[in-house]
Amino acid sequence: MHTKTIAQLAANLKAGEFSSVELTQHYINRIKNFDQGLNSYITVVEERAIAQATEADKIIATGNAQPLTGIPFAQKDIFCTDGVKTTCGSKMLDNFISPYDATVIESFNNAGAVMLGKTNMDEFAMGSSNETSFYGTVKNPWNTEYVPGGSSGGAAASVAARLAPASTGTDTGGSIRQPAALCNLTGLKPSYGRVSRFGMIAFASSLDQAGTFTQTAEDAALMLNVMAGLDEKDSTSIDEPVPDYSANLNQDVKGLKVGLPKEYFADGLDVDVAKRIDDAIEEYKKLGAEFVEISLPNTHLSVPVYYIVAPAECSSNLSRFDGVRFGHRCENPQDLEDLYKRSRGEGFGPEVKRRILVGAYALSSGYYDAYYLKAQKIRRLIANDFTEAFKKVDVIMSPTTPTPAFKIGEKNDDPISMYYSDIYTIAVNLAGLPGMSVPCGFVNNMPVGLQVIAPYFAESKLLNVAHQYQQVTDWHQRMPEAYK
Amino acid sequence: MDKNDVEKIAQLARLEINENDIPEYATNLTNILALVEQMNSVDTDNVIPMAHPTDAVQRLRDDVVTATNQREHFQEIAPQVEDGLYLVPQVIE
Repeated sequence: MHTKTIAQLAANLKAGEFSSVELTQHYINRIKNFDQGLNSYITVVEERAIAQATEADKIIATGNAQPLTGIPFAQKDIFCTDGVKTTCGSKMLDNFISPYDATVIESFNNAGAVMLGKTNMDEFAMGSSNETSFYGTVKNPWNTEYVPGGSSGGAAASVAARLAPASTGTDTGGSIRQPAALCNLTGLKPSYGRVSRFGMIAFASSLDQAGTFTQTAEDAALMLNVMAGLDEKDSTSIDEPVPDYSANLNQDVKGLKVGLPKEYFADGLDVDVAKRIDDAIEEYKKLGAEFVEISLPNTHLSVPVYYIVAPAECSSNLSRFDGVRFGHRCENPQDLEDLYKRSRGEGFGPEVKRRILVGAYALSSGYYDAYYLKAQKIRRLIANDFTEAFKKVDVIMSPTTPTPAFKIGEKNDDPISMYYSDIYTIAVNLAGLPGMSVPCGFVNNMPVGLQVIAPYFAESKLLNVAHQYQQVTDWHQRMPEAYK
Repeated sequence: MDKNDVEKIAQLARLEINENDIPEYATNLTNILALVEQMNSVDTDNVIPMAHPTDAVQRLRDDVVTATNQREHFQEIAPQVEDGLYLVPQVIE
């Protein structure tokens, strides 16, 4: 069962080949067998999952199943889940049993889906390797000496090892696309505002967006159909019609105009990764796509801009964790200030503290114009680069990451080198555009991802472009031997 | 960034930093500020700052009650409460 996609599992459930309870138990058993070596889940909710699956089987029996009814999913531990521990990968929330559901979780519940558990992640989604989690490093199923990427590293590893058919993630600077690339998955980050952020613990509010990890683009469409839409509880969610994302998958891509930004193929790109991207481009040419070189001239500024905007918003968002209403509280506080300072000092890990400090500095009196305001201005220039490019092309393609997965511990001493592992994904968040990573080959047995970027709300186009490639290649079907 | 700077910012953020970790944070912050220095090479005089990717404006809703009071439910996870109030160390003598 575990080699199948959501679309296949849904058909099997409908045909009565197995029940949702059997399917769910199968995944729970796989988690018990394999996850000790991967650490992809923080919490597994076996009883709750079986109860949801039992309900789903009743719905399936009546013939009223929706596409995701009875399908088990892993949810990133950044989404609040009513009555279930929700940690965001932090000691700060180790004791936090959420009293409500995130809108994304509610959507999955309404669709009849089953939740297997909550996946490991970098603390408060701050990291690119899943090494900053309070619950320990997640390992890459393709080689457990390597990182799975981050921040949604557990979400990626769980699906790569088929400990879930698919999972949710969030992407602030590449946290879906980068781990998807490093773990051989199809990763989708929708346009900013496409999916509600309500109940999704905030890191950088103007960049955060929820999305999916799946084996195929077809499955990503099924999930986005359930997740997308306006939410009155999230004032930044967009009132834009939600199409049927499965409807256009089969359109051919003959005549599709694809831009290749020259800045994304420059120094720093691993030569073998570049070869895999070239191979993918050749496949698309066979399908009739046309390629032109384009320029995104402000690309080099995206990392600096991101490392002002994201920490500034993080320092503001994380001020809510003060030891008063929920989360970690220090022992025997002397006074209110001591309560704040020690609760936060004990509850947050080093990378989170680093970003809070950068953000607090950038927003402090006398520095706001020089840092945050300046960054927001350059952000517009970066977004304008994409607007210009999309006047000439339908989609943009590039590598998702400059290298395949790196070793655990390799970049720990150098935060800035870690930041540059997101160099090709960050600008997409700054502009708010939808982006995907699609498996396109291997370098030394480690996966490589092709990034596809589309104009605002053109997720259907993205999914169509990825699906057509997956009809003529089988990279996305490969899974690591040890978990077969 | 030196020790004093880190301590000052940590105080602004109400964040306790271990004495031993301060030199490393000072180096990290210095490096990050050097990285973002690159922003100064760009002339942004006539550029409007970008607050929302699609320049959406705040939606307004009718002023009607939409949520019910769930104080007890939410306070179940609080570190310390009494009579529906969150307790903190005494602030006023």
